[in-house]
Amino acid sequence: MIDKIRSADRRRVGVLTSVGDRWRALTKWQQAIGLAAFVAFLYYLPLLGVPGLTWLRTDSIEGGNNWAGVLFVCAIYVLVAIGLNVVVGLAGLLDLGYIGFFAIGAYSVALFGSVNSPVVKWIQQEFNLPPTWAVTWAICLFIAIVLTMISGVLLGWPTLRLRGDYLAIVTLGFGEIIRIVARNATGLTNGPVGISAIPGPEGPPSVDNKVFGLIDAKPWYWLAITFVLIMVILVRRLEHSRVGRAWLAVREDEDAAAVMGVYPFKFKLWAFAIGAALGGLSGFLFGSRNAFIDPTQFNANLSILFVAMVVVGGSGNMIGVSLGAVLLAYLPERFRDFADYRWLVFGLAMVLVMILRPQGLVPSRRRARELKDRAADAEEVPAHV
Amino acid sequence: MHFDELIGHLGQHTVDGLSKGAIYALIALGYTLVYGVLRLINFAHSEVFMVGTFAVLILWTQLGVQNNPPVGQAILFLVLGLVVAAAASGGTALALERIAYRPLRRKNAPPLIFLITAIGLSLVFVELFGQVLPKLLGGVLPEAFGRPRQIVGMPTIIQQETLFTIGNTAITNIQLIVFVAAVAMMAILDWFINRTRYGRGVRAVAQNPETAALMGVNQERVIMLIFVLGGIMAGAAALLWSMRFGFTQNSIGFVLGLKAFTAAVLGGIGNLRGALLGGLFLGIVEVYGASLFASNWEDVIAFVVLIVVLMFRPTGLLGESLGRARA
Repeated sequence: MIDKIRSADRRRVGVLTSVGDRWRALTKWQQAIGLAAFVAFLYYLPLLGVPGLTWLRTDSIEGGNNWAGVLFVCAIYVLVAIGLNVVVGLAGLLDLGYIGFFAIGAYSVALFGSVNSPVVKWIQQEFNLPPTWAVTWAICLFIAIVLTMISGVLLGWPTLRLRGDYLAIVTLGFGEIIRIVARNATGLTNGPVGISAIPGPEGPPSVDNKVFGLIDAKPWYWLAITFVLIMVILVRRLEHSRVGRAWLAVREDEDAAAVMGVYPFKFKLWAFAIGAALGGLSGFLFGSRNAFIDPTQFNANLSILFVAMVVVGGSGNMIGVSLGAVLLAYLPERFRDFADYRWLVFGLAMVLVMILRPQGLVPSRRRARELKDRAADAEEVPAHV
Repeated sequence: MHFDELIGHLGQHTVDGLSKGAIYALIALGYTLVYGVLRLINFAHSEVFMVGTFAVLILWTQLGVQNNPPVGQAILFLVLGLVVAAAASGGTALALERIAYRPLRRKNAPPLIFLITAIGLSLVFVELFGQVLPKLLGGVLPEAFGRPRQIVGMPTIIQQETLFTIGNTAITNIQLIVFVAAVAMMAILDWFINRTRYGRGVRAVAQNPETAALMGVNQERVIMLIFVLGGIMAGAAALLWSMRFGFTQNSIGFVLGLKAFTAAVLGGIGNLRGALLGGLFLGIVEVYGASLFASNWEDVIAFVVLIVVLMFRPTGLLGESLGRARA
């Protein structure tokens, strides 16, 4: 049985690699046309109506279809996966506190953009501003990215000198600290009550909002997918730059990288900050779309879900992690009757993928080779002597 | 900040912290043993503890234990509880090793892959006890699985009473039992590792696996042994927890496991006596911190302690060793 699955899997990977090779063999023009068609398809996606695939139940409207809403969640999870992939897949740092950055992003737009937040109220009082005043959405975006980058550096500065497995536990603690602070610091975050009236691109939620309303999720999806595409291009450029090569070098052998003049700490910190900013951007979109956040939305299980997206998809490969994110966001919605079991399935999927296919569903070619080398080393010296 | 409160009740807080830390220390031993030999964080160890508490719960409810039984019966229930919890936790730990870690070890997988597997396993166990077992056994064992994902209470075996007071410090019978039992378990483990033939095998593999193998130590058996030992200690912690706090939940392991790991790192991971010291220290710091700020900041204090320790003394208070000092 397992052998059959293995051989089927090998055939699947064979097809994937041949598709990849064919794609690389195309001319620049053909590639550009293919990409343009794919992007157009992504924008058309919410209008697609395939029974069984795109009809997703929603609890808010009787008989309603939540396809666009689920697509939006897929898109912001893809953002998270791309960000976490920079940290886990490229720089090789296991970050189990990614939800912390997501939460900081969501709380930045809530704290500065909502008229109900204690921060905005304080600013209104200090500067004699009208009670309807709040920071505009676009500036909140800027604040969210800056704050998450700063928090990434603040977390990374003391902890990035640690061994890999220690780092994982410390970041897990960091995610919990952020959640507990959000819950306990009632004077800053309203605590468990949460913050409502978080603005979208058209300002605070109201019935007058023509495009970014609470009901129709399509514009939100188009907004999110636009951010995703921009970030994919930026991260791709980074990956193939000097910085990206430095990350790979640090991941594969830190000492060798240091000898070659790559200062590991600096590049790890960069990976952390950039990953954090992407997580913050995703959280920003989440808070903005939800219009209401409270601390229970940012529990540690989500951090583990984020890591699961990256490792199941294939860490180090942007296409792989995006696929992982889409699968892990879409499948629980599609099979809602079994939603109770989603965490069980995620856990099992993580264990099975790690034991049977540690390089993930769509492996990064370089990463697959590294794991193969290690396994070959193990065969030379039998582990059970 | 409530400095007066802290200073005024310093003795009481210390006693509370010690009895809390004793449980952390017992769980921390599991992390330390596995790390000392395999250099891996067994993230799923917190779930080994959780399984132990459920074993105690099922045993006591099945025996029909009433609140406040007579002393003779109470001792019997506690001893039975220890046996069952140790068997359940030890068995779980062994199963984790055989099913998940062994195939990875064969492939010489990098540490992060072990960690991710362990996280997945931990999630599987939490869901098993929160979702699957309630569906399967909800009718058979309603006391344990009747209310999935909720906190379930246990019968009170020992009524809490103040034994004696020194100044304004009251020491209760439960605190004393927890502390003495935990230290006794650790003393036995310490003796086992440092004085017996099997313990010598464990230390040998921790020092140098290849040489140990050449000297005739069966490495696989040592690895199984340490998982079982860690499980038994977690089982003992589960019993003490059940006796002291009288409740459990499927998600109980997460925060407790993180704290126990903090305790292990604090004392020097891989170092048995360090785990005791780290656990007690963490318990005291937490209680002091909770009285200084507010009790809902308790978890934050533990994590901040972890970060600070790792920054300034990553090898912990006593240094890392399960056989020798390591670079």
